[in-house]
Amino acid sequence: MRFVVRRMGLFFLTLWAALTINFLIPRLMPGNEATAMLSHFKGINPSALHALEVEFGVNNDQNLLVSYVQYLGNCLTGQFGLDSARVPVMTVILRGLPWTLGLVGVTTVIAFSIGTLLGIVSAWRRGGALDSLLSPLLFILTTFPVFFIALLLLFIFGVVLGWFPLSSNYSVGETPSLSVAFVLDVIGHAILPGVTLVVTAAGGWIYTMRNNMVSTLSEDYVRMARAKGLSPWRIMLDYSARNAILPNLTGFAMQLGFILGGSILVEYTFSYPGLGYLFFTGTTNHDLPLQEALFLFYTLAVLLCVLVADFATAWLDPRTRDA
Amino acid sequence: MPSPILEVRDLCVDYVTNSGDVRAVDHVDLTVEAGEFLAIVGESGCGKSTLLFAIAQLLSPPAEISGGSVIFKGNDMVQLSPSELRHMRWRDYSVVMQSAMNALNPMKSIEAQFKDAMAAHGNMSAEAMRNRSAEVLKLVGVDAVHLRSYPHQLSGGMRQRAMIAMALLFTPDLVIMDEPTSALDVVAQRSLMIQIKELQDRLGFAVIFVTHDMSLVSHYSARLAVMYGGQIAEAARTASLFEKPLHPYSVGLLDAFPSIHGPRRVLTGIPGSPPDLARPPAGCRFQPRCPQAMPECAVRQPGLYSVGDSMVRCLLYEAAQPGRPE
Repeated sequence: MRFVVRRMGLFFLTLWAALTINFLIPRLMPGNEATAMLSHFKGINPSALHALEVEFGVNNDQNLLVSYVQYLGNCLTGQFGLDSARVPVMTVILRGLPWTLGLVGVTTVIAFSIGTLLGIVSAWRRGGALDSLLSPLLFILTTFPVFFIALLLLFIFGVVLGWFPLSSNYSVGETPSLSVAFVLDVIGHAILPGVTLVVTAAGGWIYTMRNNMVSTLSEDYVRMARAKGLSPWRIMLDYSARNAILPNLTGFAMQLGFILGGSILVEYTFSYPGLGYLFFTGTTNHDLPLQEALFLFYTLAVLLCVLVADFATAWLDPRTRDA
Repeated sequence: MPSPILEVRDLCVDYVTNSGDVRAVDHVDLTVEAGEFLAIVGESGCGKSTLLFAIAQLLSPPAEISGGSVIFKGNDMVQLSPSELRHMRWRDYSVVMQSAMNALNPMKSIEAQFKDAMAAHGNMSAEAMRNRSAEVLKLVGVDAVHLRSYPHQLSGGMRQRAMIAMALLFTPDLVIMDEPTSALDVVAQRSLMIQIKELQDRLGFAVIFVTHDMSLVSHYSARLAVMYGGQIAEAARTASLFEKPLHPYSVGLLDAFPSIHGPRRVLTGIPGSPPDLARPPAGCRFQPRCPQAMPECAVRQPGLYSVGDSMVRCLLYEAAQPGRPE
């Protein structure tokens, strides 16, 4: 219980620090949302600039402390201002969120599951076909730049073979619904970016899991499990893999946290309208409120996931519970 | 005359390496009678733990059994399939390892680890398993509340006791112990040894006890096998070995321990270091360190000669055995 309280305390402290930094940095930089937007133009009419500043809610005369309190309140209520198209940032983000969660979230989980499973089997059958062929091959794939794989897949399966659509999240003219046809259309659009993400991520999980597992397999308690006459499945999963997966959990949680950031390169290559794509366009458009809000969401997601991972580790590993 | 429950014949274990095989256990013969306490002593690297794991069929690569047989209760365990072996494990013979800290799974409570062992062999009800767990834990003098503890929450002595309790879950015929006391301080060592001996007398299981500490087992073991360089150097009744050691190596080992009751004398170690098993010396393996070495020792390998009740691998005793050429 003390552990939970302490860990929650740490979480809120980090979150507060992140919020504060997120508040301070843009205000320490010269300019504001309005000047950023008008930076392309020369000879701006001061009253036009002022009109924009009013629209964005920029108040140069306000005390920093008052703005800070206001900002904290806005964060709590989810009011992050307007983007460059004058749409509330929250609306824009909520529009992109499901696509990123669906694409990057699902593929992260798939990559972790495949990687962990193959890592377990690789270590268990050390030197076997899987360990000496498939796992190294997948590991080599992780060293390729993700956009390279994306373009390669796009070229082969999209352009040459024409099996999959080239871009976007669903076909033009379709109306989002839960009909089978629409769901299939969405899945069809997600396959190429999804495969790109899985292929470039799974190898890393295979390697770490395999190496953790190889070291737990040489532990005395695994030999003891053999001596006790436990079934090979039990020794592999309950005595070796369970202990080997712990160090990977935190890494996986961080990765889950990064989901919200989307995969900018993949979403951009496939013009997939998730948060990563949004972040990219937000940056090129000098869309300060959008960037600030996205940064905040990324931080929150990573912090939350690490918190959950710590609780999961404590639940799985009795040694951390007493610490 | 009790019948042997374990007969090790001509057992060889090789460590397979890129630069050739290293023979860690070299044609070892051992016999353990039902209910007997056999100690195997030797210094680090003499192959005693390898021999033990070979008997228990727990070797993992690069070590493998390259010859010989381990007949336990009528089965040659070297020839058994993994699933046949699995049925014998823990029910018929169990293993206690050197460090319970490493040999107990840190992620599981003591009770869960006991339960795993019982669930792997037959279908006991949850309640029966809980009762049996509490029973064996009490047997080794640990309170049953510690069933819910995790290994890191117990003291070294309690962990070691818990592991012995686990080994007794099915009251097997043979318990194989690999230096179970060497991680403990001398006081805890003594009390654990007394406990093991008492349990053995009460429950009647046989024990193979591996240690580097000859004086530790002197009061408890019926017979003693001294290993040197992967071979049995001398096997004898404990009392006769302590009284009149035959092999120059045994003599050296005994001179390295102080005697509490005997006269005060200068302790001597054995000069030199154990042989490199990748390149064992020609002739007798102990010859480079042996104070009684003869020219012949460097050329000819001694066989295992019987002298009275004892067996000894030394050319000094060859004369006693004219009928048994090597």
